[in-house]
Formats: sequence, structure tokens, C-alpha cells
Amino acid sequence: MAASAAVRSSMGLTLRLSRVIPVCSTCPLYRLNICGNSAASLQRRGSFDSIRTINRHLQTSIGLYQIEEGSSNAEDPDDVVNIVYIDRSGQRIPVKAKVGDNVLYLAHKHGIDLEGACEASLACSTCQVYVSDAHFDKLPEPVEREDDMLDMAPMLQENSRLGCQIILTPELDGMELTLPKVTRNFYVDGHVPKPH
Amino acid sequence: MSCSVPHRLCCSSVIISVYSAGVIVRGSGKAFFASCNPKICVVGSGPAGFYTAQHLIKVCRLHVVSFSAFSSFQARQDAEVDIYERLPVPFGLVRFGVAPDHPEVKNVINTFTQTAKQSRCSFYGNVNVGKDVSIEELQQAYHAVVLSYGAEGNRTMGVPGEQLAGVYSAQNFVGWYNGLPSCQELNPDLSCETAVILGQGNVALDIARILLSPVDILKKTDITQPTLEALERSQIRNVLIIGRRGPLQIACTIKELREMVNLPDTRPEMVAADFNGVAEALKDVPRPRKRLTELMLKTALDTPGEKEQERRNKASRSWGFRFFRSPVEVLGDPDSMRVVGIRLAVNRLEVDGARAVLTGEVEDVKCGLVISSIGYKSVPIDPSVPFDSRKAIVPNNMGRVQHVSGLYCSGWLKTGPTGVIATTMNNSFDTARSLVEDIDSGTLDVSISKPGSQSISALLEKRGVKPVSFSDWEKIDNAEMKKGEASGKPREKLLSVEEMLRVVQT
Repeated sequence: MAASAAVRSSMGLTLRLSRVIPVCSTCPLYRLNICGNSAASLQRRGSFDSIRTINRHLQTSIGLYQIEEGSSNAEDPDDVVNIVYIDRSGQRIPVKAKVGDNVLYLAHKHGIDLEGACEASLACSTCQVYVSDAHFDKLPEPVEREDDMLDMAPMLQENSRLGCQIILTPELDGMELTLPKVTRNFYVDGHVPKPH
Repeated sequence: MSCSVPHRLCCSSVIISVYSAGVIVRGSGKAFFASCNPKICVVGSGPAGFYTAQHLIKVCRLHVVSFSAFSSFQARQDAEVDIYERLPVPFGLVRFGVAPDHPEVKNVINTFTQTAKQSRCSFYGNVNVGKDVSIEELQQAYHAVVLSYGAEGNRTMGVPGEQLAGVYSAQNFVGWYNGLPSCQELNPDLSCETAVILGQGNVALDIARILLSPVDILKKTDITQPTLEALERSQIRNVLIIGRRGPLQIACTIKELREMVNLPDTRPEMVAADFNGVAEALKDVPRPRKRLTELMLKTALDTPGEKEQERRNKASRSWGFRFFRSPVEVLGDPDSMRVVGIRLAVNRLEVDGARAVLTGEVEDVKCGLVISSIGYKSVPIDPSVPFDSRKAIVPNNMGRVQHVSGLYCSGWLKTGPTGVIATTMNNSFDTARSLVEDIDSGTLDVSISKPGSQSISALLEKRGVKPVSFSDWEKIDNAEMKKGEASGKPREKLLSVEEMLRVVQT
């Protein structure tokens, strides 16, 4: 217990996490791994808040991220939009967000690996996500420039959208956003390399 | 100092040892761990280099985090990543390739800057790997070396007359207007009326756009001052963009095509017959190809609305695709040795569209400027690195250079010079993943401490090479932005290495 407390404080775990840890440290050794996983996912999110949002979005040309501060802390329950990101490893990451949140910056806030190379200026397709069927049609039609960028997206699907163009509304509650699993052997021209 | 705990033991799956390792981390272990951190060096600071570095740094940190929460018994240490760059300035093709009128694409520099400013990432500009320091020396100093130096060569047409004055490679032309120091002597003669661009990829369209854009638009970009002056004097009124195959095989993407279609003061001039049968073939093609082709068809065949017609009538410049043509010979004036035209062979497509075959017919086009934009090409950097000269890539298995352990590659050097930034990003993350997998599996031995930049810096000093750090670059960056402010541009690039180094020394 003492050792775990020491490690905990040295690693700067969040308050949220320290509530989880004591349970873990008393559980049998074989359970450590399981407990740790949930702790880790919490920790990952917490730590990324500070790492990833430093100055990444300061120069965006479109004011899409007014929601950056204070999102997921909606006071009015009507403003809450629950969505789920499914990351490249298949892990489901539920996020309590609020109306007006931008899917790209919301992902950054929660430490989800969604790149935004052009910073929401519709000049790349690095923030491509697949939108759950039930919600895809609820999104406003993409503007022409988004469609043009989607055309360049690796692993384009019918339900592909750019994360930076999705702004949460109440009817998007329950939406699932899957990050494309870019396979190790992906080539632009569809060429499938032979194993060596 | 060498690490006294072999890495494999650090990664032990025995819980107790992890527990104690955790205590070591908290206690006196920082320095102890630091001595056997994987030291990785990345050659080239373009998107491939930076995205590889970003992923290496992130993945390693993630695992330390989860280690601290006991979720995983892998004690993967923080990787230290050093990025070497030949020029004093970073970002490769983001700075020297992306068109000046595409500033949004350059936003990615902000992400790269964040990576460069991480404590575990260092930038060493002005170091020419392969000349100032060899790959073997880097391999001795680092646990792993990632080659991400891109594709600085270009494919040649291989036709007579290619060496005539007025014939340029797209690469040099782009380098010229983007301020690449080695291309500043190009001074292309733009006094002719017609320019021919061979190739129909995005680079070809970038060049066409720069040649035809109203100078007032370009003035607000970071295009170089000499280019702006040359374009102000330019007499070019017509740009032909030529491809071996047909509309369905064109290599550009829709954004670039749309920009051409909407380019102020220009009108498209296509040959309707080139599009015979194209509409019918569209049914079964994937969405990107379909939308691209539809835009082409609309531009080439539809009768424009009144407003558009008026715009086209008023336009002082024109551009157009010419399909099914291959260059046979660049025609020169025997006295001036300058290009006066180009002879094109007329092709037809084999049934599947995969290959153009000659019909035997030729035609001559008068022009005073020929730019060949038929593809970039990687070049070998060091005899110790395997190189496939036919494919012009480093032969690799998911980024692992074949038969050389500890050597990796990413970006265009790995796949060949195609794809947009998202492609390079995925490709570079993949290489980083391969590398991390190798550390985890023990294939890449990181148990022996390596000196990293320490020994390389000593070597460079001995050889009289002064590396440029990232904060040095920020001096250059500031100087450029300040210089640009005066003329209402986002930046005025410094055009020679000497000038850049002078700013660093102030």
C-alpha cells in the first residue's frame, strides 16, 4: 500500500484515479492487470488533457473550437451529448460532451488519437472518422470542400466524414465515431504487397 | 555509462520486479533509466520525419503512463528522438513543396513544432547526412536510424532536347518559387506565350496555377520576391497540361482541379473529343475518381451559364488538359539552344486503360517553356543502405530496411513519391509502430547504452559543421516573418543557406 501510494504520487495521478487505485492495490495479484487497465484509460485521458491541447489550435483559421474550454462539463442536462469514439485498437471511449462541441477538438481533449494536420481548415483529411449509420444522415450535408478532402482520405467509406466538420447537436446523442484502422499494408493505389 | 539492467529484464513480466522498478523510478532512478533510453535518429525533417518522431515520442510516453498505473508490465522507456536535416530550416516539402497559395496545408507546421519542442526531441539542421556524417556513424551512436529524407530526384522524360534552355523539372521549378536555396539560380524565362507541363498530377496543377494566377493573389502568399517579379513580367497566356493517358487516368485530385476551374482571369480550353466514352465509363468507378471526372466533364463539355460564360470571355489567360500524348522530342532553336516547341506522340489506351500505346502519329506544339512533372524520385544517400534503383525506394518490410537491423525508413523513401499528407502520416506512424514493436520484442536491442547526439555533435564539431537547433530555426522564422510583414506577406523566405546561418549567428 505504501509503495503504491508512493508511486502514485510520484507519477502525478489524477484525483479520479487515486479513488480507483486503493481498490486495485488490495485486490489479488492476478487482478492487478484488469484493474490497471481501467485506471490506465482514465489516466491516459487525464494526462492528455494537459499534453495535447497546449498550443495546437491557436492558429486555426476557422473559429470552430469555441467549445474547447469547459466542454464535457455541461451544466444543463439538455446540452449533454453522449458519444462514443472507437479508437484504432477497437477500444470504446465514451465521452460526455455538449452541444456545440467539435468532434476533432473533443477527441484531442480526451486524448484520442485523431490528427488534425490542417487545423480544421479543410485542407487535409487526417481527421476522418466513420459515423454510425443511425447518425450519419442526421449530420448536415458536407460542403463541397469537405467532400473534396474526403476524396483524398485513405480508407474512404460511405459513412466517412471529417471530424473537424462535425459539430454536436442534441440529436447526435449516442453517435459512434470509429477511427479508420489504417492497415499496415495500405497503399494509395490499392496495391497489396506480397509477403516477404 | 552503460545500463546495468538489460532491457529485457526491465520488461520482465514478473510483477514483483515491475513493482520494484516503479519504486526505482520514483527514487533515484531517473538518471539510471535515462542512460538506457532508446536513442533514435531520424534523417530528414519533412512530414515523414516529423510524423515518425511524433509517434515514437507519443507511444513511448503512453506506455510509461500505463506502466505507472500497473496496467501493463512493459517498462518501455521514453525514446529520445533526434531529427537531422540538411538545410538550416525544418519541414521539408511543407515549406518547399506545398504551394504558396495553400497556407492551410502548412498549418501542420504547428503540430511539428510541438513535437520539436518536446524535451525528448532535438532538431539538428544544417547537417548533411551522407556527407557530414555517415549512416554508419549514426548507427553506432543510436539504437535505431529512421531514413525519411524523401524524394529529391526526379524522373526524366528521356527524350532528345531535354537539356535545352527553357526545359525544367517540376521539382526545380517548385523549388524556385518556394525558395529552396539550391533552385534559386533557375531564373526561368517566362517571356513566351505558351507553357507546356508534362504530367497531370497535383504538382503539375500547382505549377499551372502559379503560372496563371493573378499576381495580386500571389502577392499575399509566401512566394519568393524574385518569383513574384518574374511572374509580373511573365508573358505566359496559355498553359497546356499533358498526359499520356486519358481523363479517367488523370493523377491530380479534385481540390487542385477545382482551383484551376475557378482560377480568376483564366478559362479552361479542353478538347471535347478527349472525353468520348468517359461519361459511360463512370458508373463503376470509386467515388473520388467519379467526382473528379464529373468535374472535368462539366468543365470540358457543359455549356456554361451566362455568368460563367462572361467570365470566360473576359479571361486573359487559358489552360487545358491534353490527353493521350507522350513527349517524343523537345524542339529547340539551333542558334539560341532554347526550346521552341515539343513533339508529342499520339497514344491510344489499351482496353483496361492501364497502358498507353503509340499510334505512330505525332504532332508538334509551339511553346517556349517545358516543365516535366512526371514524378519525384528518391536517391540513395549512403552506399551502406540498400536501395532498389528500379523502384527508387529503400527496400523495406513495413518500414524495416531489409537485411539491416536498426535501420528503418518512412515517407516517400519507403513507398515512392505518391499520396497526400494523410498518406505520409499513416505511413510514418506505421514505421514508428514497427520500430516500437522491435524494441518490445527484443529484435532491436536497446539494452546497451548509446551516446546519441553527444558523439555525433563531437564528430560534427571536429568536421567544422555547426548544427542549427530548433531555437535557431525560430530566429530564422521570426526574421522571415518580420521581413514579410513589410510587404504584406506571411513571410519572406531567406533564399540562401548563408543568409539563414547569418541570422542564426546574430
